[in-house]
Amino acid sequence: MVDLQPWPRPLSLIVQQAAHQLRLFVRVPVAVFFTIALPFVVLLVINATSGERFFNDANGDWPVDAFVCVAISAFTAVSATFTNLANMVPIRREEGVLQRWRSTPLPVWVLVGGHVVSAVVISVLCTTFMLGVGVAFYGVSVPLMSIPAVVMTLLVATLSFAAMGMAVAAVVPTASAASGIANAIILPMALISNVFIPMEEPPVVVEVLANVFPLRPFVDALQAPLHPVDPAAAPHWDRLAVIAAWGAVGFIVAVRQFRWNVTPGGSTRRRRSASQQG
Amino acid sequence: MTKSVIEVSDLVVEYQSSKGSVRAVDGLDLHIAAGEVYALLGENGAGKTSTVEVIEGHRRRLSGQVKVLGIDPAATGRDRRELRDQIGIVLQASGIEPEITAREALTLVRSPYRNPRTIDEVVELVDLREFVDQRVSTLSGGQRRRLDLAVAVIGRPKVLFLDEPTTGFDPSARRRAWDLISTLRAGGTTILLTTHYLEEAEFLADRVGVISRGRMLIEGSPRDLQQAHGQRVMSVDIVGGGSGVDEDLQAGLSQALAGVAEEIEWIGSRVHVTSSDTNAALERLTKWAAASGVILNEWSIERPSLEQVFLKVNSDEIEGDSRG
Repeated sequence: MVDLQPWPRPLSLIVQQAAHQLRLFVRVPVAVFFTIALPFVVLLVINATSGERFFNDANGDWPVDAFVCVAISAFTAVSATFTNLANMVPIRREEGVLQRWRSTPLPVWVLVGGHVVSAVVISVLCTTFMLGVGVAFYGVSVPLMSIPAVVMTLLVATLSFAAMGMAVAAVVPTASAASGIANAIILPMALISNVFIPMEEPPVVVEVLANVFPLRPFVDALQAPLHPVDPAAAPHWDRLAVIAAWGAVGFIVAVRQFRWNVTPGGSTRRRRSASQQG
Repeated sequence: MTKSVIEVSDLVVEYQSSKGSVRAVDGLDLHIAAGEVYALLGENGAGKTSTVEVIEGHRRRLSGQVKVLGIDPAATGRDRRELRDQIGIVLQASGIEPEITAREALTLVRSPYRNPRTIDEVVELVDLREFVDQRVSTLSGGQRRRLDLAVAVIGRPKVLFLDEPTTGFDPSARRRAWDLISTLRAGGTTILLTTHYLEEAEFLADRVGVISRGRMLIEGSPRDLQQAHGQRVMSVDIVGGGSGVDEDLQAGLSQALAGVAEEIEWIGSRVHVTSSDTNAALERLTKWAAASGVILNEWSIERPSLEQVFLKVNSDEIEGDSRG
C-alpha cells in the first residue's frame, strides 16, 4: 500500500496549467495570428494612411498614430483574453479535453484559473509589445508616474474580458459557432469604440452605446494615463467600474452555464457521431 | 465476503430527448468486488454507457444509490477530489490536445494526483516508447488509444473504467492491451469494462453482466453464463451407414433424440446436435448407433461462445417482449 502524499499545491498546479495553455497558444498559428499579428498589421495600415493628423479630446491634442496605437493595444488585450478564450475553450470542450480533466482530481477552479492566467499573460505581453511599438515609432510616451494606472487598467480589463470570454465559451452551441459569435460581438464594438476609427464627435447614439459596452471604457482608461499633453496619474476608476461590472456579469454567466462536454449523454452510437461531427 | 468497491442499487437514469424523457437505466443493481474485472455488455442503447457515466460521476441519476470506494460519485468538493484521485477513466474521446506530445500530456495529467506513477513507469507499462515524444496529432488511432490507457493509469488508480478500450486496435495491439489489463488486475486494480468484443469479455472478465433496456438480464462468470444460458453443441461423424447417410437413418436419429435435441443439422455424414442436456443426448445417440449398426467417429462437445450466449439472451428478451 502506498502512503498517500499531500495534495499538490494549488499555486504549482495553476502555474503548470497556465504554462500548458501558453505552450498550446504558441503552437496554434491561427491564435497567434489573430491575437497579435492581425492587430499589428491593422495598426501599420491605419497609421500609414493617417498622415500628420491630430485627435482632439477634452485634455488636448493626440497625434492620431499614437492615439490609434494605444487604442489597438487595448484591443489586443481583448483579443488575447475575450476572443481567445471564447474560441479555444469550446474547441477543447469538443475535443473532450475538459471532460478528461473532469475525470482527474484537478480542482475546477485551477483548470479555469490556468486558462485565465495564461490569457492574462498573453494579453500583457501583447499589449506591452504594441505599446513598445508605439513608443519606438509613433511617439507614445509612458511616464513613470502613469505606470501604476496602466497596470491597474490592464489588470481589471484583462480579468474582466477573460470572464466575458469564458461566458461566451459557456453559452455557444459549438466550437465552429464560437469564432463567429465572438467576432460578431467584438468587431462592431471596436468600430464604435475609437479603436480603428477615432471619432471626435460621434453621433449621440454611438457615443451612448460605446460607453455602455466595455471596450470603449477600456480604451479610454488605457489612453488617459498615456495622454501626450495631460497624462492621468490615477486610474480612470469610473471607466474601470463599467468594465468590472461587465466582467462580473461574465463571471456569473460563465460559472452558471459552464459545460464540460458537448454530448449530454445517450448511447455509444450517438456519442460517437457527436464527437465525429465535432 | 469481499467488500464491493462499486455498489449500485436500483439505479434509474433518464435523459431528455425531442420525444420527451427517455429512461436509459431502469432499476439496475451492480456490485463489483475489489480486484474484480467486470465486463458490462449490451447492444447500443442498452444503457451501459449511461450506467458507467453515473458510476464515473459524469452523469446525474434520477434515483438509486451509487457508491465507488464508499464515495458517492455525484459528490462535490473534497469527496469528489478524493474519489478522482483513486479512479482512472478511459473515455471514448481521447481528450488530449493534438498540439502536445504524449510525454507532455502525461507530465501534465499526472500533476494533480497524490501518488502518480512516473512517466517512465507508464511508458514501460503501456509500451509507449516508440511515440512518446511525438505530437498527439501524428499518432495513429491505436497509438492514441494506448495513450488514453496511459493517461488513465498514471494516477495509480484503485478502480479503472474502460469504455471500449480496444476499439480501433489491430489484433496484436489488442492482445497487448489485454496483457496490460491482466497486469493491472494482478496488481489489485478493480476494472469495469464495457466492450463490443465478446471475446474480450470472455478473456478478461471475472464476471459479465448483460444489460438490455436499462435492466440487468443476466450476470455471472463467463463460464457460468455459458453453462447456464447456452446449450452445448455435440458434433459426430456417422460411419457405416452405407455410401451416404440416408433419409431413414436421419429420421431414425431425429426420433431417437426427440425431446433432448433443440436442433439437428447434417453436413454430409457429420451431424451437429444442439442440446441443453448433452448427457441424455449422448446416451440416446449411442443406443441408436448400436441398434442401427453405425459407428460414431470424431466426437466433440463444445460450449457455446460468450457471443452465442449474448445473442441468445438478447433474442430471448426480444421474443419475450413481443409475446408479452
